[in-house]
Amino acid sequence: MPERKIRVLVAKPGLDGHDRGAKVVARALRDAGMEVIYTGLRQTPDMIVESALQEDVDVVGLSILSGAHMALLPIIAQKLKEADMAHVLIVAGGIIPDEDIAALKEAGIDAVFNPGTPTQEIVNFITTHVATE
Amino acid sequence: MSNNDFSLLEESRKEWEETTLKKTLDKRPERAEKFITTSSRPIKRLYTPTSLSAADYLEKENYPGQYPYTRGVHATGYRGKLWTMRMFAGFGTAEETNRRFKYLLEQGQTGLSIAFDMPTLYGYDTDAPEAVGEFGKCGVAISSLRDMEVLLDGLPLDKVSTSMTINSPAAIIWAMFIAVADKRGIPRKKLAGTTQNDILKEYIAQKEYIFPPKPSMRLVTDTVEFGTNELPLWNTISISGYHIREAGSTAAQELAFTLADGIEYAKWAVERGLDIDSFAPRLSFFFNAHNDFFEEIAKYRAARRIWAKVMREQFGAKNPRSWLMRFHTQTAGASLTAQQPENNIARVAIQALAAVLGGTQSLHTNSMDEALALPSETAVRVALRTQQIIAHESGVANTIDPLGGSYFLEQLTDEMEADTWDYFAKIEALGGVLPAIEAGFFQQEIADAAYRYQHEIDTHQRIVVGINEYANADPLEIPILEMDPHGYEVQCDRLDEVRRSRDNRAVKQRLAELRQVAEGKENTMPAILAAVKEYATLQEIMDVFRDVFGEYQEQAII
Repeated sequence: MPERKIRVLVAKPGLDGHDRGAKVVARALRDAGMEVIYTGLRQTPDMIVESALQEDVDVVGLSILSGAHMALLPIIAQKLKEADMAHVLIVAGGIIPDEDIAALKEAGIDAVFNPGTPTQEIVNFITTHVATE
Repeated sequence: MSNNDFSLLEESRKEWEETTLKKTLDKRPERAEKFITTSSRPIKRLYTPTSLSAADYLEKENYPGQYPYTRGVHATGYRGKLWTMRMFAGFGTAEETNRRFKYLLEQGQTGLSIAFDMPTLYGYDTDAPEAVGEFGKCGVAISSLRDMEVLLDGLPLDKVSTSMTINSPAAIIWAMFIAVADKRGIPRKKLAGTTQNDILKEYIAQKEYIFPPKPSMRLVTDTVEFGTNELPLWNTISISGYHIREAGSTAAQELAFTLADGIEYAKWAVERGLDIDSFAPRLSFFFNAHNDFFEEIAKYRAARRIWAKVMREQFGAKNPRSWLMRFHTQTAGASLTAQQPENNIARVAIQALAAVLGGTQSLHTNSMDEALALPSETAVRVALRTQQIIAHESGVANTIDPLGGSYFLEQLTDEMEADTWDYFAKIEALGGVLPAIEAGFFQQEIADAAYRYQHEIDTHQRIVVGINEYANADPLEIPILEMDPHGYEVQCDRLDEVRRSRDNRAVKQRLAELRQVAEGKENTMPAILAAVKEYATLQEIMDVFRDVFGEYQEQAII
């Protein structure tokens, strides 16, 4: 039986339109053999959780550069848990100051990738942390 | 120089290649197989006088202040007047941003530039559910005329020019600005400034669109018409390549897509019945200054030359002021690194120098901490001082277009121009700018370039200092801006107070009138101004347009 590809939802919560990072990462994950679904812009937490459920993903990648990460990312993590998607790996990227990272991890974000992260590092993190059975 | 001389040069070059050069290369090969610019453009080992021709000089470069303005729009360059040092600022409440502006003016800044927060950019009031967590983060929150009054309090609007980075709701925010000036008794004819108001690049790159392209273009054209008639010193559109570049485009794409947008605005205004020479002198541009020094300078010089040709030859403009391109420049935010942020001071200095050598009219220099958060006061001051050092210490402002005539630069300028005409042809073949947006053409070109750039970094074909070379893990030691923790409450209280104290019947009436105008073909500016002056909120006005025009959804492309 062929191995199931890792399925990733790349989403842009909040209002900012800076989608360069989200798109580059989406493409790098696709090139690394993952199944990538990109939501497009201005996604509310509910929209993101709904897409994650619909697409039955293993990973949710959140990109946010507006500074609203502390208000939005914990809500998304909480709602994913409530939707029985606690097993989903949640990674985030964007303009996120170091001092916010601990609180985000506490809130259920598994990793935060700052600007300058090589895409391979994100690929590696996902492949090692998604349970492959 | 005659052809004969060129053939002599060719011969001697061959000789050089076979002797002197070969000897050196045999001893030590070059650092890389190929050398490329930030935009992945191949760069030759050496440029020689064969890339120049005295015969072409008048046609291609000419003297400063003369068509096609390759060497600058002013006959005296910066010897007459330095560029305007205009630092983009805005965060939190109107009070906080007003204090930052006063600080910047005290520090020697010569123009104002307002950044708005995300809810304002999307036409939401601060307390809207869509605005959760976004208040004041990327700029100042302006929900009604009252906020604008606080923001502009004590600022000399008749003496400094004001630039406002606002797009979808540009007409409304501009109306608020005009309303403040009206109340203070400053004649509209004296108001100088710029509204970015460039909706096309929103669909292409920055993505802060609200309505579909056609009604958006109608609103832009309304402001161009209103400005032409009422505010002769106002730049009604700042046609922007900055965001296109930040989204990952190459320098040539930035140039080509921006000028294509400019042509599209001019076409709409002409179709509205405006004479090209009545509004073209008030169109301004806004470019990025990225890392690759010569490529950037070539871009600005090519931009002036192409725009002059387009205005004169394609639009038949007769007034030389219509031919000349004036532009603002901002250093490249996307080039800044969160790692070792002090290194960004050097990057910004090189980028700013390119903008000045390219002949910019105004300049914003980014602060070293912008890959981390909004800039702190210290970081902003260093960024402004960088401009002042270039202006007063480097000597580059003492002569006009000092790099003009560089074999390398002139050839790059020609290449940049040729690439732009090629892109114009491609866009035309797709049916023009609007169909090309709807087809995702620009978006795909930019996404491809952004991905290639990242790939070059990941595979080490491109070195970014502090990222894939010379990295270290020292903890950060730069102060980060702290905002007023009660700002959100201050803003919401003011909004409540506005909604309570205004004449709500009059507001309803003005909004109904606005709806009628929006549904018809009349210019919307007078009705927007009337609603703003009754303290209708930004969102109330934008909701009328959302209702009449609908909202735009893009096909997400990766």
